[in-house]
Amino acid sequence: MNIHEYQAKELLDKYGVANSSGGVASTPEEAEKIATSLAGKNLVVKAQVHAGGRGKGSFKNGFKGGVHLCKTPAEARDLASKMLGQTLVTHQTGEAGRLVSKVLVAESVEIEKELYIAMLIDRATSAPVVVASTEGGMDIEAVAEKTPEKIHHIAIDPLLGLQPYQSRKLAKLLGIPAALLKPACALFENLYRLFIACDCSMVEVNPLVITKSGDIRALDAKFNFDDNALFRHPDILAYRDITEEDPREVEASKSNLNYIGLDGNIACLVNGAGLAMATMDIIKHCGGEPANFLDVGGGANEQQVTEAFKILISDKKVKAILVNIFGGIMKCDIIAQGIINASKAVSLPIPLVVRLEGTNVDAGRKLLAESGLELTTATDIADAAKKVVAAAA
Amino acid sequence: MSILVDKNTRLLVQGITGKSGGFHAKSCMDYGTHVVAGVTPGRGGETFESKVPVYDTVMEARTQTGCNATMIFVPPPGAADSILEAIDAGIELVVCITEGIPVIDMMRVKAALQKSSSRLIGPNCPGIITPGACKIGIMPGYIHNPGKVGVVSRSGTLTYEAVWQLSSRGHGQSTCVGIGGDPINGTSHLDVVKMFNDDPNTEAFIMIGEIGGSAEEEAAEWIGKNCKKPVAGFIAGATAPPGRRMGHAGAIVSGGQGTAQGKIEALQAAGIEVAATPADMADALLRRIKRG
Repeated sequence: MNIHEYQAKELLDKYGVANSSGGVASTPEEAEKIATSLAGKNLVVKAQVHAGGRGKGSFKNGFKGGVHLCKTPAEARDLASKMLGQTLVTHQTGEAGRLVSKVLVAESVEIEKELYIAMLIDRATSAPVVVASTEGGMDIEAVAEKTPEKIHHIAIDPLLGLQPYQSRKLAKLLGIPAALLKPACALFENLYRLFIACDCSMVEVNPLVITKSGDIRALDAKFNFDDNALFRHPDILAYRDITEEDPREVEASKSNLNYIGLDGNIACLVNGAGLAMATMDIIKHCGGEPANFLDVGGGANEQQVTEAFKILISDKKVKAILVNIFGGIMKCDIIAQGIINASKAVSLPIPLVVRLEGTNVDAGRKLLAESGLELTTATDIADAAKKVVAAAA
Repeated sequence: MSILVDKNTRLLVQGITGKSGGFHAKSCMDYGTHVVAGVTPGRGGETFESKVPVYDTVMEARTQTGCNATMIFVPPPGAADSILEAIDAGIELVVCITEGIPVIDMMRVKAALQKSSSRLIGPNCPGIITPGACKIGIMPGYIHNPGKVGVVSRSGTLTYEAVWQLSSRGHGQSTCVGIGGDPINGTSHLDVVKMFNDDPNTEAFIMIGEIGGSAEEEAAEWIGKNCKKPVAGFIAGATAPPGRRMGHAGAIVSGGQGTAQGKIEALQAAGIEVAATPADMADALLRRIKRG
């Protein structure tokens, strides 16, 4: 799940991680009010969408740039009025762009030095690790590739957490001056507290800045949350903005289906994440392009299968559907009944290839055969992939 | 012989009175697994299927029945606690089926495991089966046949697929281990690979992996240097878009790490016959055996 910049700022504030002062506005008047409260400071007005590349993006109304500097509340109001309610197109949004319904109005600080710090769970050691670099404000992957010696890693004991001496070590690795040692360590410790308390899988501060006025601040923070832990964070779950998500995925999540939209024209409905990935792979191997990843899981009921089918059919790019089920917990007759129900609810306009194997396979095949549905059956996964690719061509 | 589980395994089921816990406990019993106890806090004193005693705590179950393995069906909020309880009671083999345990909880479980003598399989896994002897998990028992091929995988349904291909070509399995699709798990590919290498009843094995992490690469490196048995492999997720979690919490390519291509190259470099498609897993092993 992704969150907006202003929501990230709220989390930083909540855990006492120093960042830039400001607030979020839904109207030009609110933007003016926030700017007034920051009286005398240089300001920045930023369109709130999940996509990157906002600064270089442009609005469909012709206004250029989703990030602007200004000095007065009147200017902030004017900028907000040009962004709010408008659609911003950046290199990450695609042509459709994203509707801007909020802007962040914040103090624009003068930067002395840009640094980088991230915290994540390292799979190899099953423990948190802090990644830090003096090369802030840049693409960290490029830094890691060109100058790996400028990336520092500090391993954290999961039972002890980040210790004060480790914060001091981090500060030294980042070349933070003695006068800023205490506020820097406080920032690291508060960030770690946030990281653990909110079940983040990663938090990345880029840049972490030393300002010309001698402060240290987290200027931009990106969060990744562990989806498995959201059940205990209703406050973070409330940050979800479904207008930023693929509508097919939003629909699927309502039925607790594991769906990821892709760009191809062969839809697939599979049980199990591994088999679902492998089904996409074999479609590609046979010369087709998968339209989605869809794992209906082990415990899906007829209703969920029906919903899954409706989502697949609603995708206008889809030219054929492949159902690939190896029943373990999932029973083949449940899948068969779901397919029959869905095709009663919405007429099936495109070819359907079905491969069933495993638990209750005979009952499932019998249901499909007696349903009168027009479909192609396949004997195994390779046969199924060949048939569906041929059907979509 | 086999690895981890056999006729002598005495199984406890944590969460035995729940819907899926009960369903799968019964299906394991039907397969012939010795289910000797269940645990559901607050339900101690009841019996399951009128013969399996239910206890409030794992320690009681251990003391009363001498169970030496446990299968956990407790929902995610309490699952890590259930694993810790099993470790504390000294249960040798802990198989956690539960999907959706927070990573931070598993990080703490992992730290506790390292100080114990228990082995954890999973979480988010189908379990483990030695065909004809013992099934602990949710896999359909009837597709398996006793034999000499081992299977280790992060994915449940891909394991079934491989087993199905092996069985329909006349090859039975020694033991099939689903290690689970989470980023932090109890037992790695490498752990199971070493056990297969040492098991006299396993003559060859299939290692199934997927995008994310580097566990497959580590196992492949060890196989290249130390393994004397024929190995085939398959890696799922070559077409997965980077940065997206593909169903399994651990199946994600991030920062160019954990790609299918990188894993396939590591497997090939270790002399493992890599299946081109998921339909080719058993045939890939047969090719590898033929190659000698």
